[in-house]
Amino acid sequence: MSLLSTLIWLPICGGVLMLLFGDRTVGGSMWRIDRWIALAVSAATFVIGLLLYSRFDTTTSSMQFVERLPWVSAYKIEYFLGVDGFSAPLILLTAFLTPLVVIAAWDTVKDRPAQYFASFLILEGLLIGVFCSVDALLFYVFWEAMLVPMFIIIGVWGGERRVYATIKFFLYTFLGSVLMLVALIYLYFQADSYSILDFHQLPLSLTEQTLIFLAFLIAFAVKVPMWPVHTWLPDAHVEAPTGGSVILAAVLLKMGGYGFVRFSLPVAPDASQLLAGLMITLSLIAVVYIGFVALVQNDMKKLIAYSSVAHMGFVTLGFFIAWGVIDQTDSVVGISMGITGGMVQMVSHGLISAALFLCVGVLYDRLHSRQISDYGGVINTMPVFAAFMVLFALANVGLPGTSGFVGEFLVILASFKASFWYAFIAATTLILGAAYTLWMVKRTIFGPVANEGVAALYDVNFRETLVLAAIAVFVLGLGLWPAPLIDLMSPTVDNLVAHITQSKL
Amino acid sequence: MPEFAPAFAEIFLAVGICVVLITDLFLPQARRDITYILALLCLVGTAWISSGIELDASPTILFSGSFIADPLSQFLKIFAIAIVSVGFVYSRDYLRERGIYRGEYYVLGLFALLGIMVMISAFSLLTMYLGLEMLSLALYAMVAFDRESPIAAEAAMKYFVLGAIASGILLYGMSILYGVTGSLRLDQLATKLMASDPGQWSVLLGLVFILVGVAFKFGAVPFHMWLPDVYQGAPTSVTLFIGTAPKIAAFAMAIRLLVEGLGSEAATWQPILTVLAVLSLAVGNILAIAQTNIKRMLAYSTIAHVGFILLGLVAGNQAGREAALFYTLIYVIMAAGAFGMVILMSRTGFEADRLDDYKGLNARSPWFAGIMLFLMFSLTGVPPFAGFFAKWSILAALVDAGKIWLAAVAVLFSVIGAFYYLRIVRLMYFDQGLDRTAPEAGLDLRILLSLNGLVLLALGLFPDWLLRMCAAVMT
Repeated sequence: MSLLSTLIWLPICGGVLMLLFGDRTVGGSMWRIDRWIALAVSAATFVIGLLLYSRFDTTTSSMQFVERLPWVSAYKIEYFLGVDGFSAPLILLTAFLTPLVVIAAWDTVKDRPAQYFASFLILEGLLIGVFCSVDALLFYVFWEAMLVPMFIIIGVWGGERRVYATIKFFLYTFLGSVLMLVALIYLYFQADSYSILDFHQLPLSLTEQTLIFLAFLIAFAVKVPMWPVHTWLPDAHVEAPTGGSVILAAVLLKMGGYGFVRFSLPVAPDASQLLAGLMITLSLIAVVYIGFVALVQNDMKKLIAYSSVAHMGFVTLGFFIAWGVIDQTDSVVGISMGITGGMVQMVSHGLISAALFLCVGVLYDRLHSRQISDYGGVINTMPVFAAFMVLFALANVGLPGTSGFVGEFLVILASFKASFWYAFIAATTLILGAAYTLWMVKRTIFGPVANEGVAALYDVNFRETLVLAAIAVFVLGLGLWPAPLIDLMSPTVDNLVAHITQSKL
Repeated sequence: MPEFAPAFAEIFLAVGICVVLITDLFLPQARRDITYILALLCLVGTAWISSGIELDASPTILFSGSFIADPLSQFLKIFAIAIVSVGFVYSRDYLRERGIYRGEYYVLGLFALLGIMVMISAFSLLTMYLGLEMLSLALYAMVAFDRESPIAAEAAMKYFVLGAIASGILLYGMSILYGVTGSLRLDQLATKLMASDPGQWSVLLGLVFILVGVAFKFGAVPFHMWLPDVYQGAPTSVTLFIGTAPKIAAFAMAIRLLVEGLGSEAATWQPILTVLAVLSLAVGNILAIAQTNIKRMLAYSTIAHVGFILLGLVAGNQAGREAALFYTLIYVIMAAGAFGMVILMSRTGFEADRLDDYKGLNARSPWFAGIMLFLMFSLTGVPPFAGFFAKWSILAALVDAGKIWLAAVAVLFSVIGAFYYLRIVRLMYFDQGLDRTAPEAGLDLRILLSLNGLVLLALGLFPDWLLRMCAAVMT
């Protein structure tokens, strides 16, 4: 079996096997077999992901590791897989985080652990499938199928209002994506193929492009999420179990951003140009307004959730700043800077938000509270943990030297080329982000020990340290030396820039 | 080979019914299993004969133009027989536990199947009416099968009165068409209508009456009133029967009458059908949300799915008819599974028809909670389950026909529909139930029901061959 198929189906098959096997132990509770299977499968998937990375050709923008088989040949739907510079980093991110989620849940999930781990494995396979699909209908199948395990994860292992949150999550995203299905079918009849690559080359009138762009926008804006369709995210994040929040923030949101570079921009470049103003406005509202909203949160998870919306605003800003740059400078350098910045921001936010949710998870496992007011002076009882938390908080703020800096800096730099005011407004996030993140850290981590609960805290154990350290390495590594990541995507970015600067009309 | 060889399956079934009926007369209650096995053997034999009939390239027309044997009829018949067999297997324990394990159930079921097969092969208005009545009368009796249940008696009464009116209207429409064209044969009807100028008011009148008959049989809004009451009131095994095989008959009826007979009047009936379809989607999906009884909820969900099937006919192209056929088949499989789950959950004195009865099923039986999850997500239309491809094929046909706004309306209503299917999943997985014991049922029911759910997954992953089959028979 080929590399990409293995990446997709290994975790799915592992998950299905675990469901069939159920909760079993071998030789007492130490050897609960489900978690070992989950770890083995997800670790193997990560190793295959590394293999993919090592064989990835960074000099070409065309699809690599292509697998192409007829699937529903009656309608020319193909099992068509491939990766390029946009999908490879996100696949690696997914494969990297899933083992960490498994380790993080090692003995904290008591209720039906086999189903818990199986859901995450199946989810992992489906997410990788989304990023690998080059056939639009195959993409849609993975895109929708992923709702099923996520619905179960939030609903079964979530917090108090989990039922409300998970149904809201499902209906919001389902509503967003059904119109995309109609748009994909329309494109099929125009291109006589479901291949996304054929969609890219399709000449379309401005009306067609605009309608298609809007249909895609609903789907992707809900996923990103963009203001004003972000309201499902705080609910889903807060109620989801730690692992669910991690995957939701780190990978699911990226599907929306990925959709913009895979579909909206190349399929409807002229509509993107037409509506770039709208997209930039929505992005800036997300950055500024949601930044203020994050400031007043009392719940740590909710604060990180709003911070995610604000950070994802940078991603969409970076993607749609392109036409502003053309108007001002006539050069394409700024455009690729914006798109690269958006992509780097996605990966970096994936790491940082995952780490922050894991940090909250560590605290929640001990005190069973997410309220900021229940903590204070955690550094006195958990010094190692406090070091990690402060590091990730600073990365969230975008401190130079962390991965958070690279993406934001590139996007702001690109915005400068378009308009001083775009850059000015976007840069307020450096203040707002610092305000809400550091204020939270101040209230929870620093100061005198607030109450007996905090006094009784014990520091992170080996398992938790391992998880947090693994992410910390990449957050610092990409911050100090982002070149490998940027090299990975640069031919694809250049190709996209060349494609979208040519009108289809 | 005699000239009427293509009708052997129907003849065999009619003889088989008599044999079952007479054998059953001499059996004591303890030996009722013999009737059951005979009925199944009868089905197997009918299916075997049906599949063995060799068809010419052009359709064979028998009995002075009242009976047609074409690939479509063969395909639909085999599918109907299969689904009736599944229904029989599902319902055996249910009937026995309620003390209504009688031979008449199988005789009536086989009679209904005969009616369905006659409808599928009908090539004249009269044959269609004959098949419809044979099916309907059997169903009326089946709904009232549990004599002790007042709610079933009420449902049967409603069904009978409304059904009789609908049959009368249909017959009236047929008589008008006969009066205008002077022919009962569908092909002659089509040529004569083609020759006359379109939009004749007398034809329009007959057409509207026929549409009412078809819509009633499907249960499309506003002719859906009987459906929730009958689904809820009838014993679950009968609901399962009504919810599955007769839908195939309704589809055949729509194709034969509207497409083959009145195809030239498509410009007239398509707008009417559009209204019926959109209303069905709206009413079915919205009212289903308010239900607390799962059988009633599934009844409203049926209405919504009928809206989708009708949209396939509204598309008016070849792809639309193929999609409607594909949707009907997938829907029937899903309905069989869903009612099969209700049967599995029920036991003596407990119907398991309230939504709350499904609370905490995941703790009681992870396997069947999983099967129900498959069914519900398939009904919602979420990939990788077969329901997604059913919806997708209808949407593709609509977009191909240039009716993009209809496709958009249809998908938006299916989002509303998602809510009530999700509620079942929520009850099974997120809520705790009082009952902790795993549902008990015979091995046959458990295996077949599991297969039923897995088939939906398999067809969702590999829909190609069924789509091709639908395209091949629908010419």
